Amino acid sequence: MTAKRSLLTGVHFLNGDIACAEGAVAAGCRFFAGYPITPATEIAEHLSERMPEFGGIYVQMEDEIASMAAVIGASYAGLKSMTATSGPGFSLMQENIGLAVMTETPCVIVDVMRGGPSTGQPTLPGQGDVMQARWGSHGDYEIIALSPASVQEMFTLTVEAFNLAEKYRVPTMLMGDEIVGHMWEKVLIPSAEDLKIVNRKKPKVSPKEYLPFKPDEDLVPPMACFGEGYRFHATGLTHNEHGYPQTQSAEVHFKLVHRLCDKIRKNADKIVKVEEVMLEDADVVVFAYGIVARSALSAVRKARAEGIKAGLLRPITLWPFPEKQVAKAAKHAKAIVVPEMNCGQMVGEVERRARTTPVDFLSKFGEEPHTPLEILEAIRRNN
Amino acid sequence: MAREILQHPLSSYLRTDMMPHIWCPGCGNGIVLNCFVHALDELKVDLNKLVVISGIGCIGRTAGYTNTDSFHTTHGRSIAFATGVKLANPELDIVIVSGDGDLFAIGGNHFIHAARRNIGIKVLCVNNFNYGMTGGQLGPTTPLDAVTTTSPYGNSEHPFNLVHLAAASGAIYVARWTTLHVRRLTQSIKKMMQKEGFCFIEVISPCPEVFGRRNKLKSGLDMMELFKKASVVESFSDPAKADITPDKIVVGEFVDIEKMSYEKLFHEKIAQINEREVEKVS
Repeated sequence: MTAKRSLLTGVHFLNGDIACAEGAVAAGCRFFAGYPITPATEIAEHLSERMPEFGGIYVQMEDEIASMAAVIGASYAGLKSMTATSGPGFSLMQENIGLAVMTETPCVIVDVMRGGPSTGQPTLPGQGDVMQARWGSHGDYEIIALSPASVQEMFTLTVEAFNLAEKYRVPTMLMGDEIVGHMWEKVLIPSAEDLKIVNRKKPKVSPKEYLPFKPDEDLVPPMACFGEGYRFHATGLTHNEHGYPQTQSAEVHFKLVHRLCDKIRKNADKIVKVEEVMLEDADVVVFAYGIVARSALSAVRKARAEGIKAGLLRPITLWPFPEKQVAKAAKHAKAIVVPEMNCGQMVGEVERRARTTPVDFLSKFGEEPHTPLEILEAIRRNN
Repeated sequence: MAREILQHPLSSYLRTDMMPHIWCPGCGNGIVLNCFVHALDELKVDLNKLVVISGIGCIGRTAGYTNTDSFHTTHGRSIAFATGVKLANPELDIVIVSGDGDLFAIGGNHFIHAARRNIGIKVLCVNNFNYGMTGGQLGPTTPLDAVTTTSPYGNSEHPFNLVHLAAASGAIYVARWTTLHVRRLTQSIKKMMQKEGFCFIEVISPCPEVFGRRNKLKSGLDMMELFKKASVVESFSDPAKADITPDKIVVGEFVDIEKMSYEKLFHEKIAQINEREVEKVS
């Protein structure tokens, strides 16, 4: 019998939450702090079993505020760290997501979205948290958020989320939904050697010369961890390159906040990923993400069979927003159809980049995502 | 002739480039910091393995002033942050230096759960009976009838008895001192540093600028006189009976027990699981 603590490889039949948990383990995550919440609980349950097998930590905190704080603490102590939650818990995490942004903490936050606001629909899917991912904490900042559309992507994008979090020292969010979380599908897991894993940059200077918040050319500062002898200070206050508070200086604050945004904005071309299907000649472009993109793809194929030049633009990266890709697709399109499981969130971003191209928003939520036929009708209408 | 600049013998424990500190004249925070670094010095603590963590508030700046790895968290979250640090690297010594409002109002839930788990975090709480940094509002430790900027007619809320709360929540070491008791406080910090599990020391500290002057205690000295008059040293008395009153502040050690720490229990489990797995393979 093989040791349970080996990484999964090969083909497996998993649900999305478990695939996400396995992705975390494969990415090198060795700390999970969380609080039970539907429909993300299975991630915690699975990691409570898997983490110790790899010498990692599973801790169930008293709430999601504490979970996010513990994740930041563990990351500063040197472990790749994550939490997983759904809307209500995501709201509680926003305070410390801001702290993670300000202290440039690599960490991953999984939000398996359900129907909101408030307690809403715990067991049903939604896409109502995508703007909260971007703007949920106070102040100006940038984060990275990814959108999985399958159980396979619950695995691969979890790995990718860790890589991005470590590379850019930024909280990175995986914005799943109840369907991709609970659905069972085939997942192909590459062997460890074939999996690209990124680890945070370590300082190359002596502790005496080390400035914890002095960025390299990529705008990301190398990161020492507690106990490594660097004896540095980090704070949620506005700080200089020493990490010392300097709350009264406009110059320090302006420079810091701009750098925190710029390290994502100026690297956006490297970060942003989209899936483009039959976009080259598309008259009608469907912009859809997450589980809705699965229906959209089916609708696009059906439209093509009818002779309509339809195409799919699926953002894998929700934030930073794939603005160039949307602008390019909009240029030659008659219309962009945007189905979302909310009252209209990403559609606003699409409209900003589509300029004069009409945007047709399809809102549906409460039980199931848009059917292919519903999207097909919108494609026909806009052709 | 150039004058020699005298160095404080314990300045190596401080980030002197962060000085001057932000604290008001008559404040007790400097005394607490002094006792803390004396304790570190007497124990010869490895500063490379010590992490000082604070929340928000006047005393919350302590993390920035100590020459160790340090982190200044969001308001009330120091204990939750520290839980992540300690679990991730149990070799590190973790000390939280924070205030009564930070630890027991906004952070109260984290405190009781960390004490229940018995995670190896050492909490040094400076209790000045109010929110000093925001200008003197009532908090969870403000005495009945005390005047603050948000209790202008006198406080109607019953305050926490922090040592009782800590003991009831499961802390393995609980003590209370005032800033008058510098030697006993230093010894107490030393004792706390050597224990394995969740420890708590409350230090009653003067805040003449924003609390005292509204309550007929205009200077730090007036407040220290009160501590002198009211404090009674008792050894391991019942924390349930240690409510702070205008006439009596019971100080001393209340709890000193042994209990396996959470991180030790957890890491032992990890070792057991992996031993079992190795057996299974072979």
